[in-house]
Amino acid sequence: MARIGVFVCHCGTNISATVDVKKVAEIAKGFPGVKFATDYRYMCSEPGQDLIQKMVKEHNLTRIVVAACSPSLHEKTFRTCTQNAGLNPYFFEMANIREQCSWVHDDREEATLKAIDIVKLATAKVGKNNPLQTTFIPVEKKVLIIGGGISGIQAAIDVAFNGFKAVIVEREPSIGGRMAMFDKTFPTLDCAACILTPKMVEVNQSDLIKLYTYSEVEEVSGYVGNFKVKIRRKARLVDENKCNGCGTCWQRCPVRLPSEFDMNLGKRKAIYVPFPQAVPNVPVIDQKHCLYINKKKCGICKKVCPFEAIDYEQEDEVIEEQFGAIIVATGFTMFDHSIYGEYGYGKYKNVTTGLHFERMLNSSGPTGGKIVRPSDGKEAKKVVFIQCVGSRDEARGMPYCSRLCCMYTAKQALLLKEHNPEAEAYVFYIDIRAAGKNYEEFVERVQDEYGATYLRGRVSKIFQRNGRLMVRGCDTLSGTQIEIDADLVVLATALIARPDAIKLAQMLHIPYDQNRLFTEAHPKLAPVETVTTGVFLTGACQSPKDIPDTVATASAASVKACGLLSHEKLPIDPQIARVDVEICSGCLACKEVCPFGAIEKEEIVDRVTQQKRWVAKVAPSLCNGCGACNTACRPGAIDLDGFTEEQIFGQIESLTADKGNER
Amino acid sequence: MNDNRSVKEKNLELKPSPEKVKIAAFLCKWCSYAGADLAGGSRKKYPPNVIVIRTSCSARTNPLFVWKSLEKGLDGVLVSGCHPGECHYSEGNYHTRRNFAVFRKLLEYIGIEPERFHMSWVSAAEGDKWAQVVKEVVKTVESAGPNTYFSKKKEDNA
Repeated sequence: MARIGVFVCHCGTNISATVDVKKVAEIAKGFPGVKFATDYRYMCSEPGQDLIQKMVKEHNLTRIVVAACSPSLHEKTFRTCTQNAGLNPYFFEMANIREQCSWVHDDREEATLKAIDIVKLATAKVGKNNPLQTTFIPVEKKVLIIGGGISGIQAAIDVAFNGFKAVIVEREPSIGGRMAMFDKTFPTLDCAACILTPKMVEVNQSDLIKLYTYSEVEEVSGYVGNFKVKIRRKARLVDENKCNGCGTCWQRCPVRLPSEFDMNLGKRKAIYVPFPQAVPNVPVIDQKHCLYINKKKCGICKKVCPFEAIDYEQEDEVIEEQFGAIIVATGFTMFDHSIYGEYGYGKYKNVTTGLHFERMLNSSGPTGGKIVRPSDGKEAKKVVFIQCVGSRDEARGMPYCSRLCCMYTAKQALLLKEHNPEAEAYVFYIDIRAAGKNYEEFVERVQDEYGATYLRGRVSKIFQRNGRLMVRGCDTLSGTQIEIDADLVVLATALIARPDAIKLAQMLHIPYDQNRLFTEAHPKLAPVETVTTGVFLTGACQSPKDIPDTVATASAASVKACGLLSHEKLPIDPQIARVDVEICSGCLACKEVCPFGAIEKEEIVDRVTQQKRWVAKVAPSLCNGCGACNTACRPGAIDLDGFTEEQIFGQIESLTADKGNER
Repeated sequence: MNDNRSVKEKNLELKPSPEKVKIAAFLCKWCSYAGADLAGGSRKKYPPNVIVIRTSCSARTNPLFVWKSLEKGLDGVLVSGCHPGECHYSEGNYHTRRNFAVFRKLLEYIGIEPERFHMSWVSAAEGDKWAQVVKEVVKTVESAGPNTYFSKKKEDNA
């Protein structure tokens, strides 16, 4: 018979203000199997944990229940404490009387009664806990980094610096991501390329970092330490090993297409590198538009290539590699402003976005650093910036603040003035949110030194008059209506999750929020971890982030990943499914429902009949412990440690013990 | 005894004033349990009638658990998991949805008030929703009154 000890925490006054903890401990003494119960101010503190260990010895306790906060916060703490007391760490249960009791109820009597029930549930469960032994698995010492923007690049560099291998999988033909498109960066006005390209080169030259550009992650299976990942290397039609990036092919290619990298403001060829500093400096053939692929004509690139690197027959290749950890750095995409009728449904050519403007500012961009009107290529002198387009708009856009628009708009207004001191910059804003080191000072400078006109208010309509854009809005500070005839309107569109974010989340088994942004394990204390051990987040795929924050999270994620990899072996949660072969009839209904392919057929010799028969077998390293198989099992042969049938039925019975007598 | 009356009417006759109902909630530890924790973190108030039993995944919740709860005299049961498509184990809650669609039919067939059994999808980010769900579930179960279906059966048999 288990000898249970119950420890009720005050959590300062967090619990004791609404729950009579002394009463709970007193009543708990009467529960079946409970040999000791007490209350203490902070159970998680060192004296609190010492108390548990002391009482285990004094009262010869074999099971521990701590009634305190949520198990997601301190289950691990008390498991370790239980282990230190000389018991199996799984001989412990937590009763959540804070988050799910004292914090949500006002009535002291009701809350105390509920807390008693919660403790009762935990004592009913803990007596039936099985002693579980943690098993260990070997670790593949390599990190997969999905996305080759600044966050992926920084993460790879940090992983390599720690002496581990990293693989970057980038969907586009070159790494660099969004940052490669920028001109200068706030608040220091460093040129983006000057600080990014050395890092790109470092990645390319490192012996520990491998680049798979123009590639996508197709399938992820396995678990921490041993992720098996299928990567599709899309056919480039150019042999990466032979090509040296001389550029003869794209100079001679006759097909001219709008360049995605230049936000369609410039042109590229059908065989192209997205931008001159691309890494790797190997072109890719756009199969949709290549004349040879579509009409079997042309073939010039193949003829002119001095290295015979062009291979029209090349096909997609799917490779499989093993990784110990995964860092997700897939970044963001821009909100499509064409749903806004007041901004012209995206029809006016001179209503552009911040990224378009960024390309125009860039001296190696499509306009050579000139700010022009996309409609006629004439210089734009009067530019209106509109902030919060799609941000902070629950009805039509995103409910959240995109966080960097205030800063990049200020920067763009400044750069506009630098490029052309005659130009006029108007900024419509809701609030200026410049919370960052030297950010507020920067915005002040843009207004005071560069004379950008800041107008607090929204734009109600943009329309065309005599070939010019009329921007009608209000200045709520002076209470006046304003009309500005602008050459160019720049919308600071929201940063949003990529359209296929959900697909990736499902592949990696990581949760995402209502905005499709990936969710961290804990918003404060585990900001780069996910609930899937071994998968980490960095950059704007988690929430909009500027470059400093992105780099910080990238370094954080890589430290976490390297921490995992520094172990020779990793422990895995032993709370997994278990088959009783005596009962198993071998129907394998469990195999059908298992999302992880963890159940296999096994032949055994029946103990009684001495005949061979099939039964189900669980692969411990693949099982994640969801328990879908338990419900599917008809004879009840498969059970889940930590949440066994016996435990849950026991909990139900304990909860209803008094009910039966009442009625 | 006039047996043409519905089960509900019989109950009402037995306990005309709705006393405090007791409800078991089986929550998956990834979404709904975390959602309930968030409700706590954001101090959302809700009635204390619901006692939570933590499970690994809503798919772990065997319909027999619900059956047992009702048989043992609990007044209502709530099963809650991640939103469909957002299961931590990618597809567990699809199994849950199917299992309980069938189970609900069984309850109806047997004559247990549908007001006693509830399902919801609450994500880890939806503390507000959890509080709302509890309020609604408690209200609906209260409308059905205390669960005497099984205790009544026993008396009848005796």
